[in-house]
Amino acid sequence: MSTVPAEGVRVCAVDDLLPECGTGALVGEDRVALFRLASDEVLAVQQRDPYSGANVLSRGIVGDVAGAPTITSPLLKQVWDLRTGACLDPVGKDPVDLRVYRVVVDGEDVRVLP
Amino acid sequence: MTADLAAAPGRVVVVGAGMVAHRFAEQLCRRDGDWTLTVIGDEPHAPYDRVHLSEVFAGRTAEDLVLDASVWDDPRTTLVTGDRVVSLDRAAQTVTTASGRVEPYDQLVLATGSWAWVPRAEGTDLPGVLRYRTLADLVDLRTWVEGRAAALGRPLRGVVVGGGVLGLEAAAALGTLGVAPTVVEFADRLMAVQLDAGGGEALRVLVTELGMEIRTSTAASRVLAGAEGTVAGLELSDGEVLPADVVVYSTGIRPRDRLAREGGLPVAERGGVVVGPTCRTEDPAVWAIGEVASHDGECAGLVAPGNAMADVVVDRLFGGDKVYSKAADGTKLKGVGVDAAAFGDVLGLTPGALEVTFADPVARTYRKLVVSDDARVLLGGVFVGDIELYSQLRPLLGRPLGADPSAFLAPAGGAAPVQTDLPDDVVLCSCSNVSVGTVRAAVTEHGCRSVGEVKTCTRAGTVCGSCVPLLTKVVNGTLEKAGFTVSNAMCEHFGMPRAELYALVRTEGLRTFSEIVARHGQGRGCAVCKPVVASILSSLGIGHVLQPDQVTLQDTNDRLLGNMQKDGTYSVVPRMPGGEITPDKLLAFAQIADDFGLFTRVTGAQRIGMFGARQDQLPEIWRRLVDAGFESGQAYGKSLRAVKTCIGSTWCRFGVQDSSTMAVRLELRYRGLRAPHKFKVGVSGCARECAEARGKDVGVIATEKGWNVYVGGNGGFTPRHADLLAEDLDDDRLIQVIDRFLALYVRSADRLQRTAPWVASYPGGIDALRRVLVDDADGIGAELEAEVARHVGAYVDEWRATLEDPEMLRRFTPYVNAPDATDTDLSYVPVRGQARPARPDEQGYPDLLSARAAGTEEER
Ligand SMILES: Cc1cc2nc3c(=O)[nH]c(=O)nc-3n(C[C@H](O)[C@H](O)[C@H](O)COP(=O)(O)OP(=O)(O)OC[C@H]3O[C@@H](n4cnc5c(N)ncnc54)[C@H](O)[C@@H]3O)c2cc1C
Ligand code: SF4
Ligand code: FES
Repeated sequence: MSTVPAEGVRVCAVDDLLPECGTGALVGEDRVALFRLASDEVLAVQQRDPYSGANVLSRGIVGDVAGAPTITSPLLKQVWDLRTGACLDPVGKDPVDLRVYRVVVDGEDVRVLP
Repeated sequence: MTADLAAAPGRVVVVGAGMVAHRFAEQLCRRDGDWTLTVIGDEPHAPYDRVHLSEVFAGRTAEDLVLDASVWDDPRTTLVTGDRVVSLDRAAQTVTTASGRVEPYDQLVLATGSWAWVPRAEGTDLPGVLRYRTLADLVDLRTWVEGRAAALGRPLRGVVVGGGVLGLEAAAALGTLGVAPTVVEFADRLMAVQLDAGGGEALRVLVTELGMEIRTSTAASRVLAGAEGTVAGLELSDGEVLPADVVVYSTGIRPRDRLAREGGLPVAERGGVVVGPTCRTEDPAVWAIGEVASHDGECAGLVAPGNAMADVVVDRLFGGDKVYSKAADGTKLKGVGVDAAAFGDVLGLTPGALEVTFADPVARTYRKLVVSDDARVLLGGVFVGDIELYSQLRPLLGRPLGADPSAFLAPAGGAAPVQTDLPDDVVLCSCSNVSVGTVRAAVTEHGCRSVGEVKTCTRAGTVCGSCVPLLTKVVNGTLEKAGFTVSNAMCEHFGMPRAELYALVRTEGLRTFSEIVARHGQGRGCAVCKPVVASILSSLGIGHVLQPDQVTLQDTNDRLLGNMQKDGTYSVVPRMPGGEITPDKLLAFAQIADDFGLFTRVTGAQRIGMFGARQDQLPEIWRRLVDAGFESGQAYGKSLRAVKTCIGSTWCRFGVQDSSTMAVRLELRYRGLRAPHKFKVGVSGCARECAEARGKDVGVIATEKGWNVYVGGNGGFTPRHADLLAEDLDDDRLIQVIDRFLALYVRSADRLQRTAPWVASYPGGIDALRRVLVDDADGIGAELEAEVARHVGAYVDEWRATLEDPEMLRRFTPYVNAPDATDTDLSYVPVRGQARPARPDEQGYPDLLSARAAGTEEER
C-alpha cells in the first residue's frame, strides 16, 4: 500500500536534482527514487531493489534501452524501464517489476503522486 | 488413466527439498489449475544450489546459494524445512514427519536425493572424519579445520578418500582452507569413472602441480586416532600411514530410498525407487525424481537428469505424455582450477571403435575422440587441460562429426571449426535440458537478441555454465542468419570495444560523456558504457571522479567513494601503504570504528576495513579519518587496490631488498589510477615470496641484484601465476617497466578485463609484451610513461576533495526532502562482539550500535 496522499507531495525543486542522476526522497512513508532526465522530465520508482531488499535504486545508473529511460540496480545490475517499472533485464532471475509513482513538475516544484 | 489428473493434481506433496524438488516447484508454479504444493525437507535451508556448494569457501554465503525463493511466495506453495518425513502410509495417502506433522496427499513425489556413503571401517566415526554433501557438512569442515589449526598452531594436513570429481573438488576446498591435501583413490587413476588411463594421468600431473598429493591403486583401510581421540592419520591397504588432521570421505553416494522401502514400494537391487519412463512408481499416486529414482536399475548422480524427471512429472500431472529417457551426459570437473571433462564411450568399448588421441606434454593437455569404425560418427571424448572442444562436441554424440577427427585435435590454431548448423534436436544445455532448436526459436520466434536474453528466456547456460561457449556460437549464428549483425559492440550505445573508444577519446581530446556519445555512439548510455567512459576520462587525467558531469557516469561505488555492501551500506577502507600503521593512527581509527559501531576487520589486502557505514555517515567518518591523516584507499574503484608486501630486509633475516619501502613507493605512485578493472601489486623481499606477489597483476620479487617483475597473475576465481617480464632491474628501471605495463593495459584492455586474461591473450604473448615494454621495440615507451606521470602529478585524495566541496557533499543525503531521515529498513544482529546485517528471516536491531550492545549484553 502506498502512503502517498492522493493529491501528492512536493518534494523538492527541479534544480535540487542532478540531470541523468537519481536522488532519494521520502514521500509519506514511501521511499522513492527520483530521476531527472536530460530533458528535465522527472520520473519516480520505488527505492527498494526487489532482488536484494535494500533501498538503493536511486544510486544506480540511469541509461536507456532502445530509447526508453532505464535504471540499473547498483547491487545485482537488473535493469528496469523508468516509465513503466517493467523489468527489462532480470539477469537470469525471474523478472520483478517496480512500482512507479506519478511525478508532476509544476514550475520549479517537483510533486510526487501515488 | 492420466485423464483424471488433467488440470487437477489436487494436493501435491514432495518429500525432500533439494535441487530437483525446487525445479519441480518452479515448473508446477507455471501451471494453472486446481493444485496445492507442500515441499518437506529435513535440511534447515530452503532448497539451495548444491552444485556450487564449494563456493561457500570462496566467499558465497548460504543465502547466496538458495535457489530462486520466489516460488515459495506463490500462495499455492508451502515449504517446510528442518523436518524429516519418517513414514509413508500409502493406504491412507499420508506422510508423517519427525515433528508429528501428518500431510495428506493426492500425489506424492519422492525427491529425497542421496546421502554420502562412507565404507564401514575402523575409525570412520572419529572426530575430524567428515563428508562433503550438504551445507552443514561444509560448515562442519570449516569449523573443524579452523579449530584444529588454532589448537595445533601449524599448517594442517588432510586426506580425501576418493579421487572422483567430488573428491577432487573437496581436496581443492581443503587447499582453499589452507590444508595440504592428499587424495587416495582405489582405482588406478583419478576420475576413474569418466576418464581413460591417458586422461587420468594427465589430470594427475595437473593437480599435483596445484599442490595435491595423489595416491592411486591403494585403499584406505582404517582411520587412526591420536592422543586426543581425534583423527591423526589414515592407514592404507599396504600398511603405510598418512598423517592427517582431517579426513574427508568422498566414496560415492547412495539413494535415500528408505521411505519407499518401508512403504512397500519396489526398490532396485543397487538401491533407488524403481520407476518407469513416466517416473511413476508401482503406486499410481507416488512418483520419484532426482537421485533417488532408479531407471533401468541405475540412479543418476547429476542434476540434469533430475531436472528432466521433474519436468516429466509436472507434465504428466496435467495429462501430458512426456517420458524420461536417459540423455547422454558428460562430466566436467569444476572448482579445482584444472580442466577435465569427458562424455560418451570414453574407453572405446563400442565394437570397431577408433580412437584419435592428441597429447601435448608441454602444454599439459590430453585430448581424445572416440569414433565409429568408419571414423564418421562421434562416440565419445576425453579432454584434460584444454576442454574448449568439450562443450562443442558433446552435443554431437552419436552423430556425424562432419570432419576428420584429427582435424579437431590439431594443436591450437588448426582446430576445425565446429559447425553451428547442428540439428535442432541436439541437446545444447543438458543441465536445463534445452535443445538447439529451442535456442534458435528464442531468437527467431521470441525476439531474443543476445546471449543474456536467451539465457533468461530458456534457462540454458544458467547452471554449470559449460555450454555457454556453444550457446554463444549458436545464438550469434542464428542472429547472423536472421540478418542481425553481431558485433563486438560494448552495448547498444557504443558499437566498438573499450580499447577502440579509449583511442578515439584520447586522440580527439574529448572531455565529456555527451560529447563522446554524440560523436561515437547513440542514446543516453547505460550501466555498461557509462562507467567505462568515466574510467577512460579518469585514466586520461580529465577531472576528479566526482565532477558533476562525471558523477552520473559512475557506478555507485565511485559515486559515493565506498564499496556498496549487500544492504546498501558502504565499506570504509583507508589507504595503509605497505600495511603499515602507526599506533597513533590506529587509535584514531579504532575510536571512529567504535563511535559508529562499524564492523571492523583486517582485509585480504593488508589494511583495515570498516563495514556498515550509511550513505549519510560517510562524510563524517571520512572527515575524522582525513583529520587523522588517512586518505582514500580506493577500495571501491576499478583502480589500484593495494600493494601487498612482506617486511623485507629491514627486519627479516632472509631479505635481500627493502620490499616494504618499494611497496610504499609503488602504492603512492599508482594510487587512484583508473583502469579497465581493479589491479593488485605484490612485493616480496626475497625468493621465499611471503607476499605471494606472483598471484598479483604485477608481482615484484627481490633478487641479489635488484628486482624481478612478473605480470598477469591472479587469485580468486581463476588463479594464474604471473609471467616473468624482466629480471634484475634497479629501482628506477623497475618503476619504468611497471609504468609502461600499466599504461598499455589501461589503453588496450577490454572492459572489465583483468590483466591475467589480457596478458594471456596479448598477440604474441609475454615475449611480445617484453619486446614492447622492456626493449621498447615500438618506441612507445616514453609516451606510456608520460601517461602515468601525468596521473601522478594530478593525483588528489578524492575524499579530501569531496569534503571540501559542499556541492559534492549533498550527494550523501539519502532523502532530498528529509535530510535527517535514515533508512529504517536496515537491520543488524550481533556477531562475535560486533554486528552484521540480519538475514530476511532474522529479527534485528535498527542500527549497528544497538545490535552490538545487545550482543555484549547477552554475553554477560
Ligand atoms: C559438492 C558437490 C558438487 C556437485 N557438482 C555437480 C555438478 O557439477 N554437476 C551436476 O550435475 N551435479 C553436481 N552435484 C550433484 C547434484 O548436486 C545432485 O545431483 C542434485 O543435488 C540432486 O538433486 P536431488 O534433488 O535429487 O537431491 P538433493 O539435492 O540431495 O536433495 C534431496 C533433499 O532431500 C532431503 N531429504 C532426504 N530425505 C528426506 C526425508 N525423509 N524427509 C525430508 N527431507 C529429506 C535431503 O536432506 C536433501 O535436502 C554435486 C554435488 C555435490 C555435493
Ligand atoms: S619474502 Fe623473503 S624477505 Fe620477505 S619476509 Fe619472506 S623471507 Fe623475508
Ligand atoms: S550444460 Fe550446464 S548450464 Fe548448460
